[in-house]
Amino acid sequence: MPTLSVFLDVPLAPKTRGRLLDDFQKDENPNKVYLAYEVCMTGNEVPWLPPVVPKTLMKLAHDPSQSYEYLPEHGLEAFIHVATELLVGRHSPAIVENRVGGVHTIGGSGAIRLAAMFLKDWHRGPRVVYLQPSQKEQHGFIFQEMGFIIREYTFWDPYQLASDTGKLFDVVEHAPERSIVVLYNPGSFILPRKRWIKLAKVMKRKQIFLFFDVPDQGFISGDPDRDNKILRYFVSQGFEFFCSQCFSNSFGLYDERIGCLIAVALSNEALLHIRSQLDSYARYMWCSPPALGSRVITTILSNPALRVEWKKSLRGVVENIMLTREKVKEKLRLLGTPGSWEHITEQDGMHSFLGISVDQVDYLVTKKHIYIPKTGQFNLTCINNQNIDYIAQSINEAILAIDSPGSHLPR
Amino acid sequence: MADRDNPLPPKPSAQRLGREKLPPPVKDFRIDAFGAQPRTGGFRALVAALGLAMPSSIFADVPQAQPVLVFKLTADFREDPDPRKVNLGVGAYRTDDCQPWVLPVVRKVEHQIARNDALNHEYLPILGLPEFRSNASRIALGDDSPAIKEKRIGSVQSLGGTGALRVGAEFLRKWYNGTNNAATPVYVSSPTWENHNGVFGAAGFTDIRTYHYWDAAKRGLDLQGLLQDMENAPEFSIFVLHACAHNPTGTDPTPEQWEKIASVMKRRFLFPFFDSAYQGFASGDLDRDAWAVRYFVSEGFELFCAQSFSKNFGLYNERVGNLTVVGKDGDNVLRVLSQMEKIVRVLWSNPPAQGARIVATTLSSPEHFTMWKENVKTMADRILLMRAELRSRLEALGTPGTWNHITEQIGMFSFTGLTAKQVEYLINEKHIYLLPSGRINMCGLTTKNLDYVAASIYEAVTKIQ
Repeated sequence: MPTLSVFLDVPLAPKTRGRLLDDFQKDENPNKVYLAYEVCMTGNEVPWLPPVVPKTLMKLAHDPSQSYEYLPEHGLEAFIHVATELLVGRHSPAIVENRVGGVHTIGGSGAIRLAAMFLKDWHRGPRVVYLQPSQKEQHGFIFQEMGFIIREYTFWDPYQLASDTGKLFDVVEHAPERSIVVLYNPGSFILPRKRWIKLAKVMKRKQIFLFFDVPDQGFISGDPDRDNKILRYFVSQGFEFFCSQCFSNSFGLYDERIGCLIAVALSNEALLHIRSQLDSYARYMWCSPPALGSRVITTILSNPALRVEWKKSLRGVVENIMLTREKVKEKLRLLGTPGSWEHITEQDGMHSFLGISVDQVDYLVTKKHIYIPKTGQFNLTCINNQNIDYIAQSINEAILAIDSPGSHLPR
Repeated sequence: MADRDNPLPPKPSAQRLGREKLPPPVKDFRIDAFGAQPRTGGFRALVAALGLAMPSSIFADVPQAQPVLVFKLTADFREDPDPRKVNLGVGAYRTDDCQPWVLPVVRKVEHQIARNDALNHEYLPILGLPEFRSNASRIALGDDSPAIKEKRIGSVQSLGGTGALRVGAEFLRKWYNGTNNAATPVYVSSPTWENHNGVFGAAGFTDIRTYHYWDAAKRGLDLQGLLQDMENAPEFSIFVLHACAHNPTGTDPTPEQWEKIASVMKRRFLFPFFDSAYQGFASGDLDRDAWAVRYFVSEGFELFCAQSFSKNFGLYNERVGNLTVVGKDGDNVLRVLSQMEKIVRVLWSNPPAQGARIVATTLSSPEHFTMWKENVKTMADRILLMRAELRSRLEALGTPGTWNHITEQIGMFSFTGLTAKQVEYLINEKHIYLLPSGRINMCGLTTKNLDYVAASIYEAVTKIQ
């Protein structure tokens, strides 16, 4: 029966990601380097996996008491419990008062999705979300799908080559009341205490809804508790907010989609109501979340010896990143590369801005086969002993080759 | 330096208490400006100490959402202290000892996976693990499927059958029958699995209707009603069809009846969206359970098939599902999949690996595949046995009514035909838990409780009219 396809009018969706990786994979140059991997890499050019993880996976696979019974809609309770403790601290008054908890989700994305659906239905305020450009593809697309308007803000000042958390003041002053502000990676925020107190006051006055996103707790300072100090301050100041927690980076288990949406409320009753609504959204999307990843994390975090082992691995990785930063800066200095490179060591975490212009990035990609996105944001863990000299030399070359007034400045 | 075990003392702000001398301000926030949380006190205690009213929650208007009925049933069952209690509402397979069963092939394969030192744990692609997707669709459509040969199928790894339904529903709402036509009627069977309504509703469809399915009087399929509803449905309506082992009735159309259904659907341009959660689990035979889907493909339909591997692999909590897309040609499927990728990106971004790895490894190895088929047959056979045994006991007791539907129905569930009052009696008086619709899960029956359940049903039917 020859009929037309019912899909005839479906347009081909343009591919938004993956161009850089495609080009890198097709490149045959032996020196090629890819500095934009999402995951944390090791010096051997494989993704980082703390040894305690495969050890735990093996143990779980041989556990005869383990069955595959459905989890509840909100996921593994024990996992939510350890995730909450990791986030707000074991002794948090919010835990004592039973007003913090959440839902085990499909990674950080699943958490953002549930939060966005909840805010679409229940947020009493404008449908406006403020987020950083790096969050456009995660938070941005999801919130847009829910009908929110996205407004971008950034801490990175390409002229000062520095990150200025104080930009939040501008955001909050100009945002309409009750706007939603995504605070991505709060562990990397730097402000003097007095200014935090002031900022919190302004946020309270304007009833800004805070949506924290913790993508890799522990990757900033090497200590998961230190990384969450700001978030815990907001808990202590009586803020109600959401936080999406992603465990992929901190445990190297990207493919098991382990996340949590944590809600901090003022009362247990409110928390229970929120959870029930989040459950109902999950019911019609994934019914209940996958178990394995959450069981691995719960096992590690609940066992003192394994927990210590994990923290040690994490600290090791973070120390390597800090060391790489120092090395890159030093090599550029030794080469006499023009300009200031302090920003290399002043930023923290896995990803940083290189602080070079778009033309200079293009030079690196096309002439030196070093692949970085146009923003100049790159993954420190992709740099290792084998490629660091080539990278430093290439950056030096790019700066010298494309040296015009304001050449450090991205357009 | 403060750490988790030695918190700094709390630092209240001068404006709050005004009396204490504050320590000098610390310039860099990162260096312990706020310390760890105090063990007692905190915000609420402070507010109380100052005699202030608690600020109202911004979530004050959020009501409690309704829980799902079957969860309440399970909770009630768990709390029931009666030793004779039986749970016939459970949605998972149970052994004759009423225990969950991890398939031997799953145990074997998960050990194999855990032993693999070189396993890469990076994100899966958005559409999922390639080996899983191709094998999963192949299982549904058959090795010799013309659609596969003609390269006009696509697959999207999903979070269980629910996830597959959701991806398909979101796509259809966005791109089917116009652009963003949320008013396209979606027909689900009467009765059906409750989640069907929820998933299509959540995907944005505004007109969800039922089609006749269960004939309570004759305890079978109401084919006339079904076909009439299809005749009357607006063209291009979407019909959610159960591929086999209909949930909750256990009543499937015969091949001849499927042929009639397909004929009407073709003529009226109705879109078939199959839900296949029990392939292999229903009859013990993978191909037999996929007959309806394959027939529709051979008739040239474009269709979706949401597959779940929860039951037939016993992998309930690893959320293994697949949405199979069959189109007229490869180009159409390519475009459809490109849009589905965008949809997945804002649902869960990319799917979990473990369950998909287990299924892919099993389906692509002849040795494991054979073992899996045996395991599936074990489960299906036990259910068939329980059906036969329950029916024979009910008939031996002279239970009023006819009970052949118990063995004629197929899959995990049976629509007993018990009334709501009779169900209440069973729960309250006999501690036998089942849904108000009279649906029972055959897996809850064992050789040990068959007599008690049969006797209790006899009592319920004779005492309560």
